[in-house]
Amino acid sequence: MTDQAQLLPGTLDLLILRAVSLGPLHGYGILLRIGQISANALLIEQGALYPGLFRLLRQGLLKASSGTSENNRRAKFYELTAAGRKRLQQETASWNRLAGAIAAALGPQPEEV
Amino acid sequence: MRVLDSIRFRIVTLFQRSKVNAEMEEELRSHIAHRADDLERSGLIRTEAERRARVEFGGREKYKEEIRQTAGGNSINTFKQDLRFSLRVLRKSPGFTITAVLTLTLAIGANAVVFGVLNALILRPLNVPQAERLFVIQHGSDVASHSYPDYLDLRQRNQSFDDVAVFAIGQSGLDAGKDPSNVWQYETSGNYFDVLRIRPYIGRFFHASDEHGPNSAPYVVLSYAYWHSHFQDDRTVVGRVVRLNKHPFTILGVAPPGFQGTILFFASDIFVPIVNHEQLYGDKNLKARGIHWMFEMVGRLKPGVTAAQATADLNSVDSYLKKSYPKEESNDPYTLARPGLHGDYLNGPTRAFLTGLMLLAGLILLAACANLGSLFAARAADRSREVALRLALGSSRNRILRQLLTESALLSLAGGVTGLVASILLLRRLSVWQPFPRFPLHVPVSPDAGVYLVALVLALMSGVLFGIVPAHQILRANPYEIVKAGSTGVFGRRITVRDVLLVVQIAICAVLVTSSIVAVRGLMRSMHSNFGFEPRNAMLVDTDLTTAGYSGERVPAMQRRMIDALQAIPGVDSVGSVNYPPLEPPGTWQGLVYTDTTEDLSPSNAAADPNMFNISPDYFRASGTALLAGRAFTWHDDTNAPRVAVVNREFASEILGSVPDAVGRYFKLRDGARVRVVGLVEDGKYANLTEGQKPAMFFPLLQSPASWIWLVVRSSRDPQELAAAMRSALRDIDPGMALAIRPWSTELGGTLFPSRMATVSLGVLGMMGAMLSFTGIFGMAAYSVSKRLRELGIRIALGAKRKEVLQAALGRPLRLLVFGSAAGLVLGLLATRVLAYIVYQATPRDPLVLAGVVLAMSLLGLVATWVPAQRALSVNPLVLLREE
Repeated sequence: MTDQAQLLPGTLDLLILRAVSLGPLHGYGILLRIGQISANALLIEQGALYPGLFRLLRQGLLKASSGTSENNRRAKFYELTAAGRKRLQQETASWNRLAGAIAAALGPQPEEV
Repeated sequence: MRVLDSIRFRIVTLFQRSKVNAEMEEELRSHIAHRADDLERSGLIRTEAERRARVEFGGREKYKEEIRQTAGGNSINTFKQDLRFSLRVLRKSPGFTITAVLTLTLAIGANAVVFGVLNALILRPLNVPQAERLFVIQHGSDVASHSYPDYLDLRQRNQSFDDVAVFAIGQSGLDAGKDPSNVWQYETSGNYFDVLRIRPYIGRFFHASDEHGPNSAPYVVLSYAYWHSHFQDDRTVVGRVVRLNKHPFTILGVAPPGFQGTILFFASDIFVPIVNHEQLYGDKNLKARGIHWMFEMVGRLKPGVTAAQATADLNSVDSYLKKSYPKEESNDPYTLARPGLHGDYLNGPTRAFLTGLMLLAGLILLAACANLGSLFAARAADRSREVALRLALGSSRNRILRQLLTESALLSLAGGVTGLVASILLLRRLSVWQPFPRFPLHVPVSPDAGVYLVALVLALMSGVLFGIVPAHQILRANPYEIVKAGSTGVFGRRITVRDVLLVVQIAICAVLVTSSIVAVRGLMRSMHSNFGFEPRNAMLVDTDLTTAGYSGERVPAMQRRMIDALQAIPGVDSVGSVNYPPLEPPGTWQGLVYTDTTEDLSPSNAAADPNMFNISPDYFRASGTALLAGRAFTWHDDTNAPRVAVVNREFASEILGSVPDAVGRYFKLRDGARVRVVGLVEDGKYANLTEGQKPAMFFPLLQSPASWIWLVVRSSRDPQELAAAMRSALRDIDPGMALAIRPWSTELGGTLFPSRMATVSLGVLGMMGAMLSFTGIFGMAAYSVSKRLRELGIRIALGAKRKEVLQAALGRPLRLLVFGSAAGLVLGLLATRVLAYIVYQATPRDPLVLAGVVLAMSLLGLVATWVPAQRALSVNPLVLLREE
């Protein structure tokens, strides 16, 4: 558990978008999917997911429908809207730019070599 | 699109609140169930799996709250919660709630009343269409100084007004078949109603086209109120013929409700065309250019013409008039004023007084806010533990501030509403109040939307104002420290916001107390100052022989019969008559005089414009005016004898040049007559109480007759008995004459009205100020004691003396009181310079005032700290230390 990284503020939304981009998921499913795609490297409080979901729903990036889960329980399923898909692309691109820049800045510099 | 979505979403969440809540709940439960399924699969039993899942999930309520906040539309829900919580908190401390609401009721009520009056008299224009284009035309600041020929010239020659109307105010006897009575009337030019652009309630108005020379329009228009009270809303009155001063006049119509003439204070009963003046009163004033008896001239500006352009235009007419009639025209240049308050005559003083009052009322509100602010701050400090707990449990500071503001807004609204209700009741009373029995004067102040709005805004503003006082305490609060340390905190170490607020508040209150004491002192002095006559033990009879049908030679003969009849009543010391008594509103008569050596009698050469009285021989004795030298008049000073006058000291020194040698000297009147001074009397007050020494001259009744006279009867008999005897004596001479008999001191009420009004208002504000500082000091002292109860207990346990305990508990509030009072006293004394304009003899340099303020404030301090002091002394250290 201790090697899990704290989420940077604002990155949870991006992770949610990414998680549902592969198909409709319910809340717990999203949590599992994030764990799966991040190889369990990220620490996410379970409850904190829902304000984020609600926020994205309000922004029109997600849409929700109720259905039945694989455990045969009632659940709310989330999927990306067109706007959500577009946002995911933009955010991914800008995240990659940022991450690249940070990595370059923190990486070995010529004079250190 | 996204905005639309978001709005739709908010609306949906708003309306489906419970459904959304249920869904949210279900979703979270579903999440936990899924997690429990997984845990169960990993080998846990179901109950343990569910428990673990719930623990892992974290604070469910916290996340729900977060979701609700994200939803945004949520503010209403939060507001409802805050409201409920605030109500609960306020209910829990009823003492605080009642004090706060009462304080606000007083403060907001005072503001609403003053604003209501200000609004009705100054801010709101006349109740006629496009009132903002109407102007009153005056000479300099003198509004009632036009002659009728001047008006005709001005109306014809000006280029700036659509039309100009004129009116005079008078009384006439109206006989509608039964119960003849005196009515107040406007004699107006024919175009009067057309200039104002108002429509009749029933029937029609008269117009300029109805005027065809003198006495050609025997018409009368009734005011709505008079029609309502004297004709019982009878719609058939239109066309009926009534008798005005015994002449037949036809009722044309009724003016609309709420319209009672162009002067707000003065409610006229009827309107008649001015061209019929001669018929009504038998004089030639309509043709006299030198007699400036028009009461007001009102014009409607042409579109696009500014007031400045109109003034210039009027003055070009004026210079033409001055050239053509140099003897008669001597007035100041024309100026324009707002209609409604009789030009600058009332507008100036009323405006100044009301503005001053508004300022004081604002101060009251500010003091109340300071008061409540410090109470709130104290409460916030007491509640710091609660606040800390809420912070620690995850409430945001915003949320707590919001809740506190809801509390203060709730209080201020409650105070605002009760204050408004009280002020409406008071304003209603004020509207029907008639301060002067003899005149149809009243203050038409019906509160309108503006008043409600102002009260509401003031209430909310003050709510925010005192609500944010404790804000910094909340924002600074460190929950962990407070929970750990308890709420004793740091006290008495440095100057806090509360201290500053208390000092400010006490200073403001001391200003109010100072000014009210100054005003009361001024009024007391003015009641006992030398008027130049003695109002005690004197009765006044107001008669008008013209409306009773007397004219010419019969007038003086009748007056003499009346004087003789009254003189014959047992117990009557002396009886005199005067054309108009001094200090009787609206003012005195004046006449230009010249020194004996002046040859050119044009107005600019006049030596003075003294007050002028026409009196009977015994007037000085009856009025109690001291004759200093020479003689009073006799009945032989008539038209056959040389013209004589009695003057006062001021006249003697100003015009005759010598007081001791005044008797025997001469001066000249406008018509060139030489008048010999035969007597000298003491100075007095003539037009109003605040005037300086003014010259005055008295002429014998028989040499300058007047039909309107007042009889002055001096007697030490009981006023009521005497009045009855006088009435029957006068009725014996003429049963049909209208009479008004009143003690002179009662009659003086009208003169003292402005300063009484000022004194009462200031007195009330001063009382409110005192009450506010009382609650302020009390709150501070009580708080200070309760805060340090434990410390005091320890001190007592360690053997502190009573004095030391008191000093420890109350030293600070008392120091603040002294400091604030001193500041307020200085400010108040500075402010009384302003007061001196309104209140007669208001002088701050009065040891009694100083002593009064100091006494009042220390008394307040003593009483306000009494209860807390008792509490501090009765501390039982044992009980206290056991409890905490």
